[in-house]
Amino acid sequence: MSGELTRMTAAELSAALRGSDVSAAEVTRAHLDRIAAVDDRVHAFLHVADDEAMVAARAVDARRAAGEELGPLAGVPVAVKDVFTTMDMPTTAGSRILDGWRPPYDATITTRLRRAGAVILGKTNMDEFAMGSSTENSAFGPSHNPWDLTRVPGGSSGGSAAAVAAFEAPLAVGTDTGGSIRQPAAVCGITGMKPTYGGNSRYGLIAFASSLDTPGPFARTVLDAALLHEAISGHDPMDATSIDEAVPPVVAAARQADVSGLRIGVVTELSGQGYQPGVLARFAEAVELLEALGAKVTEVSCPHFGYALPAYYLIAPSECSSNLARFDAMRYGLRVGDDGTRSAEEVMSLTREAGFGAEVKRRIMLGTYALSSGYYDAYYGKAQQVRTLIARDFDAAFGQVDVLVSPTTPTTAFPLGERADDPMAMYLADLCTIPSDLAGNAAISVPCGLADGLPVGLQVMAPVLADDRSYRVAAAAEAAFTQRWGHPLLDEASGLERLEQAEPRGAGR
Amino acid sequence: MTTAGTLVPYADALSRYEPTIGLETHVELGTRTKLFCGCPARFGGEPNTQVCPTCLGLPGSLPVPSRTAIEYTIRIGLALNCSIAEWCRFARKNYFYPDMPKDFQISQYDEPLCTDGWLDVTVDDENGQRRVRVAIERVHLEEDTGKSLHVGGATGRIHGADHSLVDYNRAGIPLVEIVTKPIMGADAAAPEVARAYVAELRDLLRSLDVSDVRMEEGSLRADVNTSLAPRGSARLGTRTETKNVNSLRSVERAVRFEIERQAAVLDAGGTVTQETRHFHEDTGITTPGRSKEEAQDYRYFPEPDLVPLAPPREWVEQIRRSLPELPSARRERLKAEWRLSDADLAALRNADALDLVAGTVAAGASPADARKWWLGELSRRANETGTELAGLAITPAQVARVAELVTSGSLNDRLARQVIDGVLAGEGAPDDVVTARGLAVVSNDSALTGAVDDAIAANPDVAGKIRSGKVAAAGVLVGAVMKATRGQADAARVRELILERLS
Repeated sequence: MSGELTRMTAAELSAALRGSDVSAAEVTRAHLDRIAAVDDRVHAFLHVADDEAMVAARAVDARRAAGEELGPLAGVPVAVKDVFTTMDMPTTAGSRILDGWRPPYDATITTRLRRAGAVILGKTNMDEFAMGSSTENSAFGPSHNPWDLTRVPGGSSGGSAAAVAAFEAPLAVGTDTGGSIRQPAAVCGITGMKPTYGGNSRYGLIAFASSLDTPGPFARTVLDAALLHEAISGHDPMDATSIDEAVPPVVAAARQADVSGLRIGVVTELSGQGYQPGVLARFAEAVELLEALGAKVTEVSCPHFGYALPAYYLIAPSECSSNLARFDAMRYGLRVGDDGTRSAEEVMSLTREAGFGAEVKRRIMLGTYALSSGYYDAYYGKAQQVRTLIARDFDAAFGQVDVLVSPTTPTTAFPLGERADDPMAMYLADLCTIPSDLAGNAAISVPCGLADGLPVGLQVMAPVLADDRSYRVAAAAEAAFTQRWGHPLLDEASGLERLEQAEPRGAGR
Repeated sequence: MTTAGTLVPYADALSRYEPTIGLETHVELGTRTKLFCGCPARFGGEPNTQVCPTCLGLPGSLPVPSRTAIEYTIRIGLALNCSIAEWCRFARKNYFYPDMPKDFQISQYDEPLCTDGWLDVTVDDENGQRRVRVAIERVHLEEDTGKSLHVGGATGRIHGADHSLVDYNRAGIPLVEIVTKPIMGADAAAPEVARAYVAELRDLLRSLDVSDVRMEEGSLRADVNTSLAPRGSARLGTRTETKNVNSLRSVERAVRFEIERQAAVLDAGGTVTQETRHFHEDTGITTPGRSKEEAQDYRYFPEPDLVPLAPPREWVEQIRRSLPELPSARRERLKAEWRLSDADLAALRNADALDLVAGTVAAGASPADARKWWLGELSRRANETGTELAGLAITPAQVARVAELVTSGSLNDRLARQVIDGVLAGEGAPDDVVTARGLAVVSNDSALTGAVDDAIAANPDVAGKIRSGKVAAAGVLVGAVMKATRGQADAARVRELILERLS
């Protein structure tokens, strides 16, 4: 029973829970068992909240038994990226500087998950302060790709993606700043959505780059992602950048799964040199498939997308250099060198030296430089102008087509360690995802096949507040592909088979 | 103990140099909550009890601006004749300090909410009074920092302290910064202009009801910039910025001291260092603080956690319509209504008695009586006890009642002072004190004749002088009667009775 429960989608679990075919406690127990069985190899989690999860699950069961009308996610387990504050669990953002910190408050996303009755299994691994594309920048060791444990699961939300792909959780929450949801979703063969900026609250999300950070869902199906999206979205008065508008009808769009008559634009600039041939081949097949389903496909040029990566690597580090200043050893987290002889400034300096990893330091320095007097206009100022041009490219493109498509990443999952010492190579993993972060529009990644045995993602970008369009196209592609393949893509994950063989006997109670 | 160093006498300094001043004033707004969170914005409180994740800058916390704080800032801007931005942004000012929870301050940089205004002030000069228009460069909104407390060591400052404590109650309280343009041409009156500006600003802010504007408690803080240029020079000199100027008198003293000090530096062929200086209330001197040369690069950039601020025009106009009568207009009106000279008005302002007198007049007293009591007896009491007039335990309505009792003849001035004693001592309202102490003028002849006869009998020499026509000597006998009646006799009637008897 346990094995079956972890293979079920959130929608299936929801139906089973509603029909009282299974209890939330059983579902939660099954997932905790799965985590216990496989996570020593996947390392998706930084913290597993066994007790808290079981308490939450039993509470849902009690409410259901009392006849309460519960939402679709009541009793469904979810993994939460360790960048969201949780009162009952440590929150580290993957950094030594916050090792052991227990926040005194819940993030809005956390609160909404709890209100929805979703059962939080624990906190997932991530690149330190969400800076990276592989989880190798986590202070607590990398996560592993369930398709091939020697490869990265992407990042920065790699732990969330790996947890879902390894059937440790049907759902996970992550954040996307430059591609940190879509890229790991793509390389782990699952669905990941970056909603419109401002559609999901950032309150309690430990900031990397405030103008870019966007919480969003991971799931094994497009419908599941939409269910989670709907549960966590909507206006939050605690976040001044939160949009006060109705949440787009994402669940209905995922169920509609129809692209007939839809105008789809292929972005000229997001292909060609530097892209793995297998990735381009799967992408081309995906476009053909959508055309066969009745979409009208054209090619659209977004001339400034080529400048997105450099602009991003000025804006995001600039904001992070300021956002991460507060980790100064005065109020919480690590404190180094406070032996009674040193000044506050010295303690700050020693703490930051010891507490931050190399990539975080690199970005703080980049950003400090870009904001400096005399350099601001040439770097931060110019990057903001580029950002405006990219948003205009999107506006012009969405004047011609309903959605834009591209590969989610230029390559499939790369081996652990391959790019760890080459920041530029690492940064290129986010080439296709960054434009939507800079412009703030919605974009989803959905599996579109394998290249050299590893998953490839199709990215569907939609205008600001038209998140439902991304779901509609992704769901149509998912349905057609699943029919063509005869099974979900994840069934082909070879790393998982090895994991299952290693799963302790008796775990399937 | 720091010393003043070499100074040039003020008149000498002014004969060779022209001063330019500028003021940066910080006003703590009297909003119910802090600027970016719902914590109470009260003064005081047990350390670190008025805090939340946002004003502590905890990871993940976010600021949400207070509409009231923005409205108050616009009120101030409009009252200072500023333009209100149609679109502006908050900016981050980045620097590390333990009492700054986020290690950056949310402020405004190149896009302030209010710009280009002015405030008229008046100063005394040899020809009476002079009006000076002070140009306002900008008015912007920002958050306050926490407070560091350095424990141990001799000075209470960071050097030599055993350890430091930080109280974040103040962190996030809304502050409005009001910056003047350089004030040139004030010449020898520069210290008075600086003081008059801060005084006028304080009155204005008080009338707007946006702050309690108490300099001693730090809800109004002035930084004073001073520079000197050789007479006839077209260029401004290097300025210093003096902080810790916590009273109107200190504003004036700080400018005067800097003029005398900078003149000495320049006379000796030196150059004035651009720096922050610290004013010492006890000695009246300034000493160097942080040098601007080692000042940090604040790396200002637009605050990405907030959306741009675009106050709708109709809102701004609504705020403009709701502005109260401003102090300058009110003073002109009262001056006319009360028939005051410039000097009368200046005396009222200097004593900070205008509101008290106005309140007393409103409660029925004549303007002359109201002024007499507040500037006379009550000012003396305030001086004696070292409090402000407004801090005395007597209300304008009570003062009006005392004046009324005198006018009606129920009290004379001496008795009235006893009534005031009683009110200040907490014995109740004036009528209660009159009853309790049995204070009333005795004017019926039968009650007085005995005392008059006793006084004449006891002072035969004086009585003789009066009989011989030296009527002025009657005062001695009146005094004796008043003493005998414990001040309750109607002195005028006593005098009549004495003269009748001795004519």
